Amino acid sequence: MDLSFTSEQELLQDSAVKFAQKGYSFDQYKKSLAAPGQCDSAIWKQLAEFGWLALAVPESAGGIGGSTLDIALVAEALGAGLVIEPFIAGAILPAAIIAASESAGRQEALLGSLATGDTQLAVAYCERAGRFDPAQCTTVADKNAKGFVLSGEKICAFNAPNASHLIVSARNGASVDLFLVPREIAGLTLTAYPVLGGGVAADVKLDGVQVDGDARLGDITALEAGLDKATAVDCALALGGMKALFERTSAYLRTRKQFGVAIGTFQVLQHRVVDMFIELEQSRSMVLLATARADGSDAIERRRAVSAAKVYVAKASKMVAQQAVQLHGGIGMTEELDVGHYFRQLTAFGTRLGDRDYHLDRFQAVAAA
Amino acid sequence: MNFDYSPEEETFRQEVRTWMEANTPRDPSGIATGMRIGKETQFAWEKKLASKGWLAYTWPAEFGGSGFTPVQRDIFDAERARAGAPSVIPFALMMLGPVLMKFGTPEQQKRFLPKIANAEQVWCQGYSEPGSGSDLASLKTQAVRQGDKYIVNGQKIWTTQAHWAQWIFCLVRTSGDGSKQQGISFLLMDMNTKGIEVRPIITIDGHHHLNEVFFTDVEVPVENLVGTEGQGWTIAKYLLTHERTAIAGVGDSKRQLGWLRETVARDPSLKDSPHAHRRITELEVDLLALEYTNLRTLDRMAKGHAPGPESSGLKIKGTELQQAISEAQLEFGGLQALPWAQDVEGEPVYRAASTRYNFLRACTIYGGSNEIQKNVLAKVLIGL
Repeated sequence: MDLSFTSEQELLQDSAVKFAQKGYSFDQYKKSLAAPGQCDSAIWKQLAEFGWLALAVPESAGGIGGSTLDIALVAEALGAGLVIEPFIAGAILPAAIIAASESAGRQEALLGSLATGDTQLAVAYCERAGRFDPAQCTTVADKNAKGFVLSGEKICAFNAPNASHLIVSARNGASVDLFLVPREIAGLTLTAYPVLGGGVAADVKLDGVQVDGDARLGDITALEAGLDKATAVDCALALGGMKALFERTSAYLRTRKQFGVAIGTFQVLQHRVVDMFIELEQSRSMVLLATARADGSDAIERRRAVSAAKVYVAKASKMVAQQAVQLHGGIGMTEELDVGHYFRQLTAFGTRLGDRDYHLDRFQAVAAA
Repeated sequence: MNFDYSPEEETFRQEVRTWMEANTPRDPSGIATGMRIGKETQFAWEKKLASKGWLAYTWPAEFGGSGFTPVQRDIFDAERARAGAPSVIPFALMMLGPVLMKFGTPEQQKRFLPKIANAEQVWCQGYSEPGSGSDLASLKTQAVRQGDKYIVNGQKIWTTQAHWAQWIFCLVRTSGDGSKQQGISFLLMDMNTKGIEVRPIITIDGHHHLNEVFFTDVEVPVENLVGTEGQGWTIAKYLLTHERTAIAGVGDSKRQLGWLRETVARDPSLKDSPHAHRRITELEVDLLALEYTNLRTLDRMAKGHAPGPESSGLKIKGTELQQAISEAQLEFGGLQALPWAQDVEGEPVYRAASTRYNFLRACTIYGGSNEIQKNVLAKVLIGL
């Protein structure tokens, strides 16, 4: 057992923290919110120059092939800096899915352009009736002479409006397979919208979309592997947000005065801050566990650790976010202060990539197996 | 970064597991609760550990301990709990031992440490007083120097196993000057000394663990003072920060939760209940978070660092989880948990639940109540 980071990881962490603290800001966040697709292209370019968009791209495709922990270290810093560019949805998740799929070798050009930031992708796998479960898929892929015809509906495909292609899950005979579909293609309609906490998404209608045979990337195991990696990384992103809220809240308790004294002298508030801190540290342990297991060869261990982390961090981040607003009082309710923006970010985290109930069931199913 | 144990550590784990399986006292109703062990069972167990050289398993070899690494200690504790074996009485092994190693004279070390490591001497801890609970530094038990001895008068309370102990280590007031912390000293007393009286306190689990201890003109030789006069508070604080990882109780919580899970799986009234399974699953996730936080602390200690900020919550979260598991045991047990008597049929985990549940209300109170832990932590975090 050795929980220390390598010197490369420490450097990576340092540069990500520095970028989030100095290269980004609350003003930049507001600028990004107003940018097309809520993604400032200059910032996206910087993320690419740092090499962070290449972290989930294999070396063979011109990427870095980093570990899940490497990616999580960057994500934590981005979460703490309120960076809303679609690091996970647009780059890490799709790269991880393609890298885990049987077509990774064929898709090196696409992976390469993900790494350089020239292309963004999106994954459309959730359906209204299936909630978060990738296996609950009613969208169909009918084989024909030209390849496949896709029909069905997906909801809340994160980053789809910014993507050149969507990775769409569809039932192909007995299995659920993944297809790479250009966003601009006959029969595909996006209903785009901004989402809570920043970023954009779309509901996707596929009405007889014809793709060629090469569009099939692989099967659902690649989607599951990619989702597990992205979920572990997303927990790290949330950890960053929790840390930022803890720091802002404890600082506020030192400076805000009522009844002639700093409100941090009140025991009931002191204990609340301690509870926030403990949840933050316990969440960090779960993030480390999930990132360590996400790269392991044992899929059961991976699922178990990732779902346990999401179950824990979802509850802990909700507690921290709610208490941060509560302890800030009225000012915590305003758009003016960043606290409320972290609050929305963490609220969205609780739901995307599977909520607490979904991951509790998944953890339980693995434990029982 | 990895959470994998080394091959040597795995070999060590196997060695401890094999030994525990062969040597754990077979007394299911008593061991399983961890609370109902009689004096004879406890002492025989500690003798057995001592003869293996494993009683003082947190001590370095130079003082007669096992010389385990921090990771080995944790493995040892995990395997001990997994086997359902009793934990050791902590006062001499976890508290006094480290104090003597750090603050004791060579004579004091030679006089006491070997006896403790060999299970020849049982100790209890005299800290709390009727008027000094959370505000421990306000303690009033007085030790007045007269020549080469101290004359001690006062009262201690909540003294665990004082009725088993041959010795007691006490915080006493040797001076009323300066701050209340400055006048406190750390004194060792033979329980057989004239003027010491022990009276039982029966707790809500129906058992006798606790006592009041009264001191009336008790004569204590000055060589029984540890450190210098007035150093008692520093020593007490050292004690509180010394052993951070065992306090989480990960191993025992794992065993109790595993035991409950197995029982529910065969309980016709619960095995198909989604509520029961969900509750167990949530406890499992909470236990994982505690376990890995504990490992982070262990990793720091193994590298020679002080425990990090992550360790501050171990006592709070660990004890809350112990209580939550015992609460689930009690509530899943339903009617089977209600008989307040021995020798009634039923699932052992349910039958033990009411005692455990009652007893474990203490764990968020003892060792510095969780509210006091939060006060201390808040000082560090907010800095006011």
